[in-house]
Amino acid sequence: MSDVLIKIRDLHFSRGDRKIFDGISLDIPRHGITAIMGPSGTGKTTLLKLIGGQLTPDQGLIEVDGLNVHQLSTAKLFELRQRMGMLFQSGALLTDLSVFENVAYPLREHTKLNEAMIRHMVLLKLNAVGLRGAADLAPAELSGGMARRVALARAMALDPMMIMYDEPFTGQDPISMGVLVSLISELNKALNICSIVVSHDVPETLSIAQYVHIISAGKIVESGSPDDLRNSQSAWTHQFVHGDADGPVHFHYPASPLLDDLYEE
Amino acid sequence: MIDKIQHLGAITLHSFQRLGRASLFLFGVLASSASLVARPRLLIKQLYAVGVQTLLIIIVAGLFVGMVMALQSYYALIDFGAEDSVGVMVALALLRELGPVITALLFAGRAGSALTAEIGLMKATEQLSGMEMMAVNPMKRIIAPRFIAGFISMPLLATIFSAVGVIGAYVVAVEMLGLDSGAFWSQPQNKVDLYLDIYNGIIKSIVFGFVVTWIAVFEGYDCLPTSEGLAQATTRTVVHSSLAILFLDFVLTALMFTK
Repeated sequence: MSDVLIKIRDLHFSRGDRKIFDGISLDIPRHGITAIMGPSGTGKTTLLKLIGGQLTPDQGLIEVDGLNVHQLSTAKLFELRQRMGMLFQSGALLTDLSVFENVAYPLREHTKLNEAMIRHMVLLKLNAVGLRGAADLAPAELSGGMARRVALARAMALDPMMIMYDEPFTGQDPISMGVLVSLISELNKALNICSIVVSHDVPETLSIAQYVHIISAGKIVESGSPDDLRNSQSAWTHQFVHGDADGPVHFHYPASPLLDDLYEE
Repeated sequence: MIDKIQHLGAITLHSFQRLGRASLFLFGVLASSASLVARPRLLIKQLYAVGVQTLLIIIVAGLFVGMVMALQSYYALIDFGAEDSVGVMVALALLRELGPVITALLFAGRAGSALTAEIGLMKATEQLSGMEMMAVNPMKRIIAPRFIAGFISMPLLATIFSAVGVIGAYVVAVEMLGLDSGAFWSQPQNKVDLYLDIYNGIIKSIVFGFVVTWIAVFEGYDCLPTSEGLAQATTRTVVHSSLAILFLDFVLTALMFTK
């Protein structure tokens, strides 16, 4: 079995006239946490949707576990998706079902397990994310962080080979953020699966990822271990990783000189 | 001038694109509907949400429409000594036109807009995407049950509307205005035709149910996943459904009631 789970080659994708990816190639290993980072609007979430087959690239190849995602029949794609878990930024919990039923949903859809077995599996998954006690709550009663943890339990329900995390840390208070960081890291270790974290929260992501790709303006700017990126010689990477206000990405939006503007008739 | 022609062209193209998308969507929904046989609970839940929860407004509206019609026709007919025809007049108007049309308009406002808002919100909150990524087809689990529930509910609601309307007319004409009960019921018994009036009315309501639910679920599924997009989609559902109902009513009436 190859060590590479996801192979992306020469990926091009546009939305209307706007080019999102302009020839991206990268490999994501079968085990460990790989982070995809970059400024807002660079298409990180789009990349996850392309990997999951929800979007089709203009050009290029995406292989997951040796299967070309965009040449699969719908039935085969759905089979592949049963081995993928995805954690959406909003959690994407089904609002008319309880927390328990949300986690049970993929099991009810894709397995013929009896009710007792489903109950055991759901409670174990919820226990793993610390929310067994919240099983009977409705999604509307959960905080943002709790909703993401429930969504994580649901993503793990079918014991997938990979989990994709879409901006898991965005908008979280420090405690929720800490919980999510350690959950992602510990679950990945315990399950020995492939985790792909898309984020622009630099310290949290670098603290758990084994490998990082930074994307900007449709290209991969830099790839390497977290330490490689912290010590990068690239001015752009330095600015992104350290959050400098000015640098290759200027503080000022392009404009004519201030004095010209002020004394303009 | 050229700009205006270009604009008109763009609008026309956009409309046809939407119609194409809506048609493909409809094929998808119809193809997915067979899966409901294996999961009748999904359909029953939606029959409750779409049909039963619309019942109250249909009954109240039917009652008042019947009462008003009885009142108006009684005062118009009494001048000619033809007040005994109130029953048949109300019954025919309700069965042929008002039952299916008003029910469909109310259904579009109550159930259609709710369907669009619900599906649109599921799209905006990534619930539909989430289902796709769980290898669950939202067409089968979300759209098809709602579509079939609307399709089944509409004729039933229209029938209830007409029946309640006739009862409302009876209360006004017989109980309040003193019309003879036998005269009120005997004329409809003689004049209302099972095929021409009742079946045609049911066919109309089936067509309206199909179109209104199609528009409602499509607008929800196709909406921009923002609060503004959702608001526009809900408005479009009510406006397009209402226009479609009135237009189709004319076409169906012209086809059905020829001499």
